[in-house]
Amino acid sequence: MQCDVCRENDATVFLTQIVDGKMQKVNLCEPCSKAKGVTDPTGFALADLLLGLGAAQEIEQGTSEQPRCAQCGFTVGDFKKTGRLGCSVCYDTFGEALDSLIKAMHKGTRHTGKVPERLRRVLELGDRVRGLREELDKAVTQENYESAAALRDQIRKLEEEVPA
Amino acid sequence: MTLSDLTGNSGGWLDPGESDNRIVITSRIRLARNLRNEPFPGWAKKAERVRILERIQPEVQVLAEMKDGCAEGLGELSALDKQVLVERHLISREHAAKGAGSAVIVNRRQTVSIMINEEDHLRMQALRPGLQLASAWKQIDRVDTALEDRLDYAFHPRLGYLTACPSNVGTGMRASVMAHLPGLVLNEQINQVIQAVNKIGLAVRGLYGEGTEAMGNLFQVSNQTTLGENEQEILDRLGKVIGMILQHERNARENLQARRSAALLDQIGRAYGILTHAWSITSKEALNLLSLVRLGIDLGLFPETARRPVDGLFMETQPAHLQKASRQKLAADERDALRAASVRARLKALPPPATGLLGSDNGSPEENTHE
Repeated sequence: MQCDVCRENDATVFLTQIVDGKMQKVNLCEPCSKAKGVTDPTGFALADLLLGLGAAQEIEQGTSEQPRCAQCGFTVGDFKKTGRLGCSVCYDTFGEALDSLIKAMHKGTRHTGKVPERLRRVLELGDRVRGLREELDKAVTQENYESAAALRDQIRKLEEEVPA
Repeated sequence: MTLSDLTGNSGGWLDPGESDNRIVITSRIRLARNLRNEPFPGWAKKAERVRILERIQPEVQVLAEMKDGCAEGLGELSALDKQVLVERHLISREHAAKGAGSAVIVNRRQTVSIMINEEDHLRMQALRPGLQLASAWKQIDRVDTALEDRLDYAFHPRLGYLTACPSNVGTGMRASVMAHLPGLVLNEQINQVIQAVNKIGLAVRGLYGEGTEAMGNLFQVSNQTTLGENEQEILDRLGKVIGMILQHERNARENLQARRSAALLDQIGRAYGILTHAWSITSKEALNLLSLVRLGIDLGLFPETARRPVDGLFMETQPAHLQKASRQKLAADERDALRAASVRARLKALPPPATGLLGSDNGSPEENTHE
C-alpha cells in the first residue's frame, strides 16, 4: 500500500479517523508519519490533526468568543495548542467536540472497567431507585395505591443511603 | 534511605528471580488518575501544583505498599539521579523534565513507582520481570483501590477515569511488555510483525517509550486504547498478542539456526569479539552487541551462567548508570572508555561461542519462555 502523502514509499502507519460520522482512512509511510508527527496517537499532534479536520476548528471559527471551562478557564484553542485538557470539568464543558475525538481514538465510547467503590455504590443505588420509580409509576397508573405507598417508602429509604 | 541510595543499588526489576525472562524482559502496568475539580498538572499554576502534591503525597506514603519506600521531589533530584530513574523505567522522560511541584515515590523493591504531577496528578506503575501482567495488575489495582478511599478521583459514569489527554480516558491503563526480539530483527520480519500489531490497535515502541529507537532489539508492546474494554479484556488481548509474538520469535530463531547458521554465528561471534576487546564503546553499540550475546545464551552458544552478567550489563552500560557507578561526571569519550572497560571486566570469564553446538544433530536447546 502506498503512502497517501508522498506516494512513493510503502505505507506502514494506518490512521482511521471518524469525522462527522464518516470514516476516513489515511495511510502514511514512516518518514511522512514522522513529518506529520503522528508516530503516536497519544501525542498532541494527532489530536491536533484530528481536531484540525474535525469539529473543533468550526467551533473556533464560528464564534469570536471562545467558550471557557467554568472550573479552570480552559478553551478549545488551548486544547489545540497542547493536546491536553485543563481539568476534569473540561470533559463536560467541551463534551460534544471531545466526543468525536474520543470515538476516533478508542475502541468504544463507554467505560466498562473498574469503578471506584464509593461511586459504584452510588451508581447502583441510583439504578435501583430508577427501577423502583418505574414500578411506582406503573402502580399509580394501575391505581394500586397500596404497593405504590410501599414503593415510595422504599425509594425514600434508598435515597437516604446515598452519600452526598 | 534516599532515592539516590536506592538507585545506587543494582538489581531492581531487572533481577528475574523465579520468572523466566528469556524473551519477555519486563511487564509494566500504569494507571492514570486525577483529582476531581483540580486543574491537571500541565494547566495548573505552580502554587496549585504544589498544593495538589501536598494533598496527594502523604496519602501515597502511608500506603502499605509504599511504607518502606522513598519519596523525592523532582526539584531536589539531581539530573543524574533523574536519568538513572528513567533508565530503570521508574519515571518517564517527561517526568524527569519536571521540577518543584512534582514528586516520585518508589517502593524498596522498585516494583511500584508513583509519579505525582506528571501529565496527570497520579501516574502509578507496577513493574515485573518476565511476562507477569496478571501479577502487575493485581498489585497496582490494590494500590489504586487503597488510594480511592483517600482521594477524590475524577470519574465520569460514561467516560470512566478522566485524564489530561483524552487518549487515556476510561481505564487510564497502559499495560506494556518489553520483549527482546533479535530473531525477528535478524530474520527481517520485525516490520511485518510491528505492522500487524499496529493494525489490531496495539502500539510497538522502542526502549524508552514514545518516539524512541529500538536499541538492543528491545521492543515495548502496549495497548493503544483505554475506553470501551475493561482492564481484563485489555490485558487478555495484549497477552494473546504477546504469545503470538513469542511464537514468531521462536520460529525466527529456529529458521536462523536451520537456514542461516553461518550468518548467525558470524554476528554473534563478532559481537563477542568486539565486546571482549573494545576499548571504547557507545551505549547504543554496547546494547546492540549485548543483544546478540544474549541471543547466543538463549541458543546455548554461551554457558547459562553468563545470563546474569550480560543482563546486568544491559542496565549498567546505560549512560546515567555508568556515571552513577563511577561517582563522577564524565565526558562522552570518557564514558565510552569506562563502558568498554566495565564490559571487558564483566565478560572476562565468558568463553568464545561454542560453535560446534549450532546446527548439530542434537538440535538446539529448547526455549522455555512461559506464556
